[in-house]
Amino acid sequence: MPRKPLRAKLATSVSKGAAALSRAAGRGDGAVIGGRLGLMIDPELLAHLSDGRRIALISGTNGKTTTTRLTTAALGVLGPVATNSLGANMPTGHTSALAKAGDTPYAVLEVDEHYLPQVLVSTSAEVVALLNLSRDQLDRAKEVAMMAQLWRDALQGRTVHLVANADDPMVVWAASVTDQVTWVAAGQRWHDDSWVCPKCGGAIERVEVSVELPRDPLAGAPSTAGEGTAGEGAGEPTGADVVEVETASQPTIGSGGGAPDADWRCTNCDLRRPTPQWTIDGTAVVDPDGGHHEISLQLPGRVNRANAAVALAVAAWFGASPADAMPRLAEVASVAGRYAQVQRDGKAIRLLLAKNPAGWLEAFDMADPEPTLLSINARDPDGLDTSWLFDVDFSPLAGRSVLITGDRAFDLAVRLEVNEIPFRHVRTFAEALGATPPGRLEVIANYTAFQDIRAELDRVN
Amino acid sequence: MSTESALRIVWVYPDLLSTYGDRGNLLSLSRRADLRGLPVECCEVRSDQPVPVDADIYLLGGGEDGPQALAAERLTADGGLRRAVDRRAVVLAVCAGYQLLGESFFAKGQKCPGLGLLDLRSDRGPTRAVGELAGEVDPELGLPTLTGFENHGGRTHLGPGVRALAKVTAGIGNDGATEGAWSGSVLGTYSHGPALSRNPALADLLLRWATGLDALEPLDDVWASKLRGERLGTVRARESRTTG
Repeated sequence: MPRKPLRAKLATSVSKGAAALSRAAGRGDGAVIGGRLGLMIDPELLAHLSDGRRIALISGTNGKTTTTRLTTAALGVLGPVATNSLGANMPTGHTSALAKAGDTPYAVLEVDEHYLPQVLVSTSAEVVALLNLSRDQLDRAKEVAMMAQLWRDALQGRTVHLVANADDPMVVWAASVTDQVTWVAAGQRWHDDSWVCPKCGGAIERVEVSVELPRDPLAGAPSTAGEGTAGEGAGEPTGADVVEVETASQPTIGSGGGAPDADWRCTNCDLRRPTPQWTIDGTAVVDPDGGHHEISLQLPGRVNRANAAVALAVAAWFGASPADAMPRLAEVASVAGRYAQVQRDGKAIRLLLAKNPAGWLEAFDMADPEPTLLSINARDPDGLDTSWLFDVDFSPLAGRSVLITGDRAFDLAVRLEVNEIPFRHVRTFAEALGATPPGRLEVIANYTAFQDIRAELDRVN
Repeated sequence: MSTESALRIVWVYPDLLSTYGDRGNLLSLSRRADLRGLPVECCEVRSDQPVPVDADIYLLGGGEDGPQALAAERLTADGGLRRAVDRRAVVLAVCAGYQLLGESFFAKGQKCPGLGLLDLRSDRGPTRAVGELAGEVDPELGLPTLTGFENHGGRTHLGPGVRALAKVTAGIGNDGATEGAWSGSVLGTYSHGPALSRNPALADLLLRWATGLDALEPLDDVWASKLRGERLGTVRARESRTTG
């Protein structure tokens, strides 16, 4: 690593010390305070700490923290990797993480989507993974089209390689300012923020791929390896030959979910789904050379298979082979409490985090048909507006025993009533455990509600 | 159940005007009609389809600037909504949908012509209005306190041809004093997204207007009542903290 200026050295040392103090004082995990102090002493500290490292940034509305963890694991086959694994995804968090890690040849940083332009410049990142964009906390976040424009402007003219989701029209439009893109068929279950073309305002048309994907690789569903979308991975154009295996459909607008894998195009301009180099074929990731890599994740759901594909694609850019990296992904059991499984009072509890409509659709895909606790808050980090509950179709929960809790449980109650999903309201997590028979309990909660429940479970990681 | 007798609810342009839970109003209305044994037909009309003239209730949601301007253009060219209002169909319009029912509104820095179905004009306010909204509803409508969440940059000025929906007690609404507007069977509000889920009596008013029934069988609204109590309690607590 190149020599840091004296000011940067001092700032780094203060940053590390403050983080340790913060942890020792029990005031936090030190993920932010150290960076904040360090940046006060040396505003260029993040740039100085980035010097000499090969850096990948991971951004998007959903899946950032998990994909960052998976990418860090994958890159680990090449050497030590610095990362902000605690989810502190703004420049103070990045600064803390790099200061704490010391010299490492690589860094993988989760970046809040609003901060991507700034962090791209500060870190001179070599690769940026763009996962997805959808509505999230509209009472303070930028609207989805504005967010895509912000990314597009930030990427214009920069020397950086992108690993981007070919299934999200907003991401594709943002990424298409450069031809330095590795496209991944990472899926898009939530379509309601991309019916209108971000480029021209025309209508986006989707054609669902008819290949039936198994629900969970661990559930023993039949594998579709060797069928279906493999042709796309071999680099063939998504033209007429692919359309033949698809069934045309016109999903209902406003119904939230659609097929996670659908070809799409603008009916008015040339924006369309690029041919992905990396695809998911049943329970395998298919690399650009057509190599199948069986996915063996502990993390549930189709969306995590997609996150794994993105992680492998980023790692491959740095020279890690998917065959070497895949076993590292299988070691990840939970991510800052997400997907964690805890035994308590004779119940096997699994924690799922879902912060916005797109995230809830994915959570319903991951959750097993077991008793389910839903918890909703609307504190600052969650966004103060609960209207989005009506963007989520809760009907996948029909037939399950549903408990509801959280600061805004009544909003959820009114929503479930209209959805004709019976539920029982509990005031506390302890009451929820008392109301659940021995066996499994799936917990789905938004951000602060999730943290509250995690705290009840001794801050499980 | 014959199509003739079904209550027809049209969600206008969900491809352009559906920002945040706007589907909720459609769901609330159809559920409340359903529970009264009123047959319902719901229909979503995209912006490239003609707006049917003969439905009973029309719903318009919120939207970003670009889609809002496009929706106004297409609705004006289509003419279906205007003809429906001429035959006294019921309209509930929220946020961007509310603004575009007026004479004019601002989108993308420009003054855009509205549909002229309500005597009001909207422009840009000095700040964005984001947060809980509450108000005492026009006594003529006989409804309890309005509660909702607003998120908009516009200010709306009412002309003599409309009445305010409510007097603001928390939040901004039209201009900090009044919120929403109504005239005949057309009603607009800044209470965005699923406004009817918090205001079941407003949902029932729209159903009564649409069916001509004087009264509807009461429903078990215990959860909606708890939600209303909680939200109105929150803004009252905030009010007394700032004034006391």
